[in-house]
Amino acid sequence: MTDALVSLENLTVRLDERPVVDRVNLKIHRGDIITIIGPNGAGKTTLIKALLGIQKVSAGRVSVEKNLVIGYVPQHLTLEATLPLSVKRFMLLSGRALSECESALARTGVGHLLHASVHHLSGGEKQRLLLARALARKPDLLVLDEPAQGVDINGQASLYDLIRQLRDDLNCGVIMISHDLHLVMAATDKVICLNQHVCCSGYPADISHDPAFIETFGRPVAESLAVYHHHHNHSHDLHGDVVDGNSQNASSGHGGHTECSHAHH
Amino acid sequence: MPIIDAVLDDFFWRALIGGLGVALVAGPLGCFVVWRRMAYFGDTLAHSALLGIALSFLISVPLNLGVIITCVILAMALVLLSRTKTLATDTLLGILAHSALAIGLVTLSFMPDVRVDLTGLLFGDLLAMSREDLLWIYGGAALILVLLAVLWRGLLMSTIHEELARVEGVAVERLRLVLMLMFSLVIAVAMKIVGVLLITALLIIPAATARRLAHNPEIMVAMAVAFGFVAVSGGLSLSWHLDTPAGPSVVVTAFAVFLLVYGTAGKVRT
Repeated sequence: MTDALVSLENLTVRLDERPVVDRVNLKIHRGDIITIIGPNGAGKTTLIKALLGIQKVSAGRVSVEKNLVIGYVPQHLTLEATLPLSVKRFMLLSGRALSECESALARTGVGHLLHASVHHLSGGEKQRLLLARALARKPDLLVLDEPAQGVDINGQASLYDLIRQLRDDLNCGVIMISHDLHLVMAATDKVICLNQHVCCSGYPADISHDPAFIETFGRPVAESLAVYHHHHNHSHDLHGDVVDGNSQNASSGHGGHTECSHAHH
Repeated sequence: MPIIDAVLDDFFWRALIGGLGVALVAGPLGCFVVWRRMAYFGDTLAHSALLGIALSFLISVPLNLGVIITCVILAMALVLLSRTKTLATDTLLGILAHSALAIGLVTLSFMPDVRVDLTGLLFGDLLAMSREDLLWIYGGAALILVLLAVLWRGLLMSTIHEELARVEGVAVERLRLVLMLMFSLVIAVAMKIVGVLLITALLIIPAATARRLAHNPEIMVAMAVAFGFVAVSGGLSLSWHLDTPAGPSVVVTAFAVFLLVYGTAGKVRT
């Protein structure tokens, strides 16, 4: 396997002395689609921002491949009403040629909106515009923060489908945050369940059986995603810290998934 | 050249030429004030200009330089203080704006030997524009325009989406600082024309007027400059013919154009 595009080593971000991201290890390679899931306040966005280099890291390391081009799709594009901006102008601000901008827009299915005002786009169109903006930079790594927000259910499925296709076309790595568990499970290679620390990670089919996953998302969610469950080996207190759970199940608690960075009790 | 000398000997022409120079940079900077919601910030910097004048007299440095330095220091203080987040930004700005103005006025009153035309400083003075001021204005304007042209993409990108800009390698913090310096410079040179209390109006009214008609950022800037020209030349003519104070006349003209455009233009362009 080639070198990782990005590797996180014991990445820790503390805000006001409270660890928001706690000793996370992660490698992203070309061709990977990695999805980060986790409850609100789990540090998903903070992790992404640390990876992007726009959030100060308290401890650990973020190593990025030399000359890595990152395409970033932020959660929202909220434009100040006083700032007039057309899709074309926004795309050209990427510094890429018009022809590249046009083909990126066409690739994400919003080519017909070239002359539209960004203010008039729907939620789904804005997400596709942001994706096209990232695409025009010909990224080695695509970073998406809840790309399907404000997109209806059919739109979500086709958006995740598009992200997979783009991964194939560009041979880039993809890391994204998502709340759409069902769609994530279908469209991703590897899932990381984050709750400050990495609760569990692995292939979608395995992870829904994981006790830590069940603990984080609750049994009904996990059961809707999986046909069976087993016992969990740790619980979280209100701060998300690991507290000793059913330690006798530790040995049987994790099966099938590839790695688990938290301490076994 | 004798013609140029004749023109520059006339106080009205000096004021007009200076005013147009100010409008040239007030257009683009005013757009950033509007886009980045910095109107109150601009007010605070402008009010601190009076403190700058008082301090210039106190330590005898050229007025323009004193104003620029005071504005820059206050702008830096604002950036640092707003990061601590103990006070809401508008509260912080309100405290500093009025305190700077008050401290400036109190300091001036302690210097009875210094004769300053307070009304002129607060509301602008048609007669106050000297040849040296013209040099400051056009020197400052040239510097600002060059900086804007070079940094345009980064400035615009960080205004549209700060994090996206940072990921794309734009030095957002450094650009914010440069923008602050440009504001300080324009306030120092605009003070003579419109006065400390009305500088923000010259920044935001032409930009807001342009917003109604423009459909991309660059056109909005060009239109803001044009409306600024109209406001300055109309206002100064008004001041000359009717003997009204220069600053308020300019702002009244700008406001009239604003009403005209918003009253007659059809649907809002976005």
